[in-house]
Amino acid sequence: MNAVHAVAGSSTALDVASIRCDFPVLERTLRGLPLSYLDNAASSQRPRAVIDAMSRYYETSHANVHRGVHTLSQEATDLFEGAREKVRRFINAKSTKEIIFVRGTTEAINLVAQSYGRPTFGPGDEILISWLEHHANIVPWQMLCQQTGATLKVAPITQSGEVDFDAFAALLSPRTKLVALAHVSNALGTVIPVRRFVASARTRGVPVLLDGAQAVPHMPVDVQALECDFYAFSGHKMCGPTGIGVLYGRESLLSAMPPWQGGGDMILAVSFEKTVYNGLPYKFEAGTPDIAGAIGLGAAIDYLETLGMERIAAAEQALLAYATEQLATVPGLRFVGTAAEKAAVVSFTIDRVHPHDLGTILDHEGVAIRTGHHCAMPVMDFFGLPATARASFAFYNTRAEIDRLVAALHTAREMLG
Amino acid sequence: MDLKDLYRDIIVDHNRHPRNFREIPDADCRADGFNPLCGDKLTVFVKLDGGRISDVSFNGSGCAISIASASLLTESVKGRTVPEAEVLFSQMHQLLTRDDVDIDVTSLGKLGALSGVREFPARVKCASLCWHTLDAALHQQQQVSTE
Repeated sequence: MNAVHAVAGSSTALDVASIRCDFPVLERTLRGLPLSYLDNAASSQRPRAVIDAMSRYYETSHANVHRGVHTLSQEATDLFEGAREKVRRFINAKSTKEIIFVRGTTEAINLVAQSYGRPTFGPGDEILISWLEHHANIVPWQMLCQQTGATLKVAPITQSGEVDFDAFAALLSPRTKLVALAHVSNALGTVIPVRRFVASARTRGVPVLLDGAQAVPHMPVDVQALECDFYAFSGHKMCGPTGIGVLYGRESLLSAMPPWQGGGDMILAVSFEKTVYNGLPYKFEAGTPDIAGAIGLGAAIDYLETLGMERIAAAEQALLAYATEQLATVPGLRFVGTAAEKAAVVSFTIDRVHPHDLGTILDHEGVAIRTGHHCAMPVMDFFGLPATARASFAFYNTRAEIDRLVAALHTAREMLG
Repeated sequence: MDLKDLYRDIIVDHNRHPRNFREIPDADCRADGFNPLCGDKLTVFVKLDGGRISDVSFNGSGCAISIASASLLTESVKGRTVPEAEVLFSQMHQLLTRDDVDIDVTSLGKLGALSGVREFPARVKCASLCWHTLDAALHQQQQVSTE
């Protein structure tokens, strides 16, 4: 299994040079330059342990799960359910019944909208979100509103990119049927102090969904401590595969919800007169699941736990501090999102150089960043910007890569500024 | 593939100092162009005199490639007939997207400066946005005139 990548003599810091050897793609060069991958908020890279776990599964143990009595089916089922237990432990859910495998955060939120919201919400009911949500935590609620006649309410944000708690609390009312909030903003990096928001909603009896896509990869997450009702996240942002994600749901809520999709695996008995649905979590997992994806996600969790989420968070915060300090030296650079508490995401603009041009020029220097609206157009509108450039760091990034980012920004200014 | 093939001096100049960057209040036709991927937004204004484009302008926001391309567009279609502008649109489309077709770049004048965009597939839409917007403006006019 993975070696423990601690620097000798230090119980806290990670040995980044050693960690980088775990990620095959980081050996890549682009036009003769080493790759500086600073687009981790869009999708992280995979360690060899994840790739190998998936390959090994396909090479030795693949069969369908929950079906056969033969050896391979049993092995595949054990690996798949073993991954579910790893997820449960990783986010400290009470039971694996509360861990639903989905395609990703987007599907998790759609599941809650359609299975929790659609049967019971109606005209006059309200869903409360914030201004800095990703489109995945806006559009499913808009669709639900169209279907049920419910109304979408949006808590405003401040100039620093933080959700205005007082305004949020003022929008909570007896009509509020659900709160859906980002745990960490993908566009700005803001860490929302969600416990305060959750407590405020729950004292009024309003359930809360947290979009944890940008939180789970970067900090320890404990769904019981957060006291949220639903928590959604994706594998591919936490060194796992694409196509797999998780919906955590409080068992009492999931039990009362009808199935979302119908098909195999989510049933106990089917006749033309009547179908008896399977129990949790299978009730929400119709059809053959992404078995290899779940196994890969389990391997990613093993990898992250070997490093330690606390140490990952510390390493990324050090990178954020260094990047913020270095970027501040670039003339004409304006930070977008300056919350006191942030994940390792820096969104910015540069005078007279459009983010899209920055993206191309940086790519030419081997530096991969995201440019555009980051699937959060309302955030861009709030700041009056068509787009920003966004560098987002993972624990395998280095100060040298940040130096290359800064040097490339100087090049861009010289070319176009 | 060199960045200088994309950001040629003429492109940089037209981005810094876009030509005909203004609204034509009494335009005969206009259209809005939007590239949701990068947030580029352009409006193209056309003034017609008979079948000829007597004035053309644009405003909006976008990257260097989209602004320079729009600026070059206004310079190159002003004074042309509508069919001539459409031929130019089709030639530009080929210049930006087809590496299997020989385009006489010199016949395109300054527009030839955009030939490097072809090597940067992610940026082709930036350069072509203004042309699609002009095309929409001219067709809108044709639809109006045929009713």
